[in-house]
Amino acid sequence: MALSILIDWFPYLFSGIVLTLGLVASALIIGAGVGLPLALGQVYGSLPVRSAIATFVWFFRGLPVLVLLFLFYFGIFPALGLDLPAFYVGAVVLGLWGAAYQSQVFRGAIQSISEGQMIAARSLGMSRFQAIKSIILPQAMRIALPGWSNQYPEILTESSVCYAIGVAELLTRSSQIVSQTYVTMPIYLACAVIFILLSYAGTSCIHMVEKKIAIPGFGPGGS
Amino acid sequence: MTDTTYILRIENIKKAFGKNEVLKGVSLDVRKGETICFIGPSGTGKSTLLRCINQLTIPDSGKIFLNDEEVTHAGPRINYFRQKIGMVFQNFFLFDHLTAVRNVEIALLKVKKMNPKEAREKAMFELKQVGMADWADHYPAELSGGQAQRVSIARALAMDPDIMLFDEPTSALDPELTREVLEVMKKLALEGMTMLVVTHEMGFACSVANKICFMEHGHIKEQGTPAELLNNPEFERCKAFIGEFREYSQ
Repeated sequence: MALSILIDWFPYLFSGIVLTLGLVASALIIGAGVGLPLALGQVYGSLPVRSAIATFVWFFRGLPVLVLLFLFYFGIFPALGLDLPAFYVGAVVLGLWGAAYQSQVFRGAIQSISEGQMIAARSLGMSRFQAIKSIILPQAMRIALPGWSNQYPEILTESSVCYAIGVAELLTRSSQIVSQTYVTMPIYLACAVIFILLSYAGTSCIHMVEKKIAIPGFGPGGS
Repeated sequence: MTDTTYILRIENIKKAFGKNEVLKGVSLDVRKGETICFIGPSGTGKSTLLRCINQLTIPDSGKIFLNDEEVTHAGPRINYFRQKIGMVFQNFFLFDHLTAVRNVEIALLKVKKMNPKEAREKAMFELKQVGMADWADHYPAELSGGQAQRVSIARALAMDPDIMLFDEPTSALDPELTREVLEVMKKLALEGMTMLVVTHEMGFACSVANKICFMEHGHIKEQGTPAELLNNPEFERCKAFIGEFREYSQ
C-alpha cells in the first residue's frame, strides 16, 4: 500500500529533489562567490575592511539558519522593498550563511601558504594581485577543498529549514504528501533516504575532484 | 676587462627593524660581470642588503640604481626592476603546486606575457643550463634540495636579469648538494653574469669572486679581491673571521 502511494507520488517528490538541489547549488555558488572575496579581504584588506568582514561573519555564524531565514523573509527583504519568492530568499540566506563559514575555511588555507611563495613571486616581478591569483590561490584552494567539501552535506541538510517559509523542496513536499495521504513513516523514510543518497553522491563527486587536482607532496591529500 | 660603467650602485643604504639598526649606511658600486661575495657573521645585514636591492625590504634611506635608473622609490615600476634583478633564496621558495618547468615559465607567461610555446622553450632552455631538463615534469616535493635550488636559479635566469642576487643559496644543503649548486653558480659567473652572493662558502668566495665584502655590524668593514683579503695585513678582522671558519671546518 505504502509502496504504491510512494510510486504514485514520486513525480511530486522528485520535483522537490530538484528544488532542494537548486537551493544547495545556488547556496554553494553564492557561498564560494562571496566567501572567497571575504577571505581575501580578511587576509589582505585594510583594517576597516577586515573589521567589516569580521562583523559579517560574526552575524551569520551567531544566528540559527531558521532565525536568519525569518529575519530576511519577513524583515530585511521586505524593508528593502524586495518582494522575492521564497526560493530566492532561501538560496540567498543559505548562501550568505555558507559564505560566512567558507570565508573562514578559505582564510585559513590562504594563511597556511608560506610567506616565501609570495616573496618569490614578487621577486620575479609579479604584482601582488598576480601573485595572489597565480601562486597563492591555486595552492590555497587545494588546501581548502577538504574543509570546503563539508559545506555540501551541511548546506544540503540545512536547506530543509526552507520548509518554514514554504519553499517546495524535498521536506515540504514530503509533509504535503503526508497530509494528503495520511501515510507518515514511509514517506518521511523515503525523504530521509533521498537526503542520505544526495549527500553521499555529492561528497563522492568532491572526493573525485580532490584526487584529480592533487599534487604529489602538496597539501593534505599529498603523499 | 670588466666594463668601466657601473651596472648597480648602492648609495648609503640604511635599514632598521625597530631599534635594531641592521644596515648603517652601506654603499657599493658593482661593475657588469663582477661576482661579489658577502661574508661575515650572522645578523650583520648581508641578507637585508640583498633584499633592499630589489626592494623586497624597503630601506629607510639611501638609493639603489640599476643601469643609472633609480630602483628605490620606483612605485609600480618596481615590478619591472625586479625582472631585471634575479633572486635566489636559501629555502628555494619554488612554487609548490607547479612542476619544475611550470615554475620557470609562470613568470614568463604572467609577467612577460610570452606566448605559451615560447615560454615553454625558454623554460626548457634554462632548465638545461642548470642540468635539470630531465626533471622538468617533477613537482618541488619530488626534488632534492640541490635540484630544487637549481630549478630556482633557472626560474630567475628565465627573466633575463641584468644581475643575480643569491641569498645564502647553499645554506640549507648538505656538502654534496652544495657542490652541485656552486658548480652552476660558478658557470654563471664565468659566463659573465653579474652576481651578488651572500655565502658562508669560503672556497667558492675565494675561487670565484672578483671581490669579497666582509660585513659586520651593518657596515662593509673590509673589501678587496680574495688575494688581498687573505694576504694583506690590513684586513685583520676578516682574516680572523675566516680563521674561525677554518677551525670548525677542519
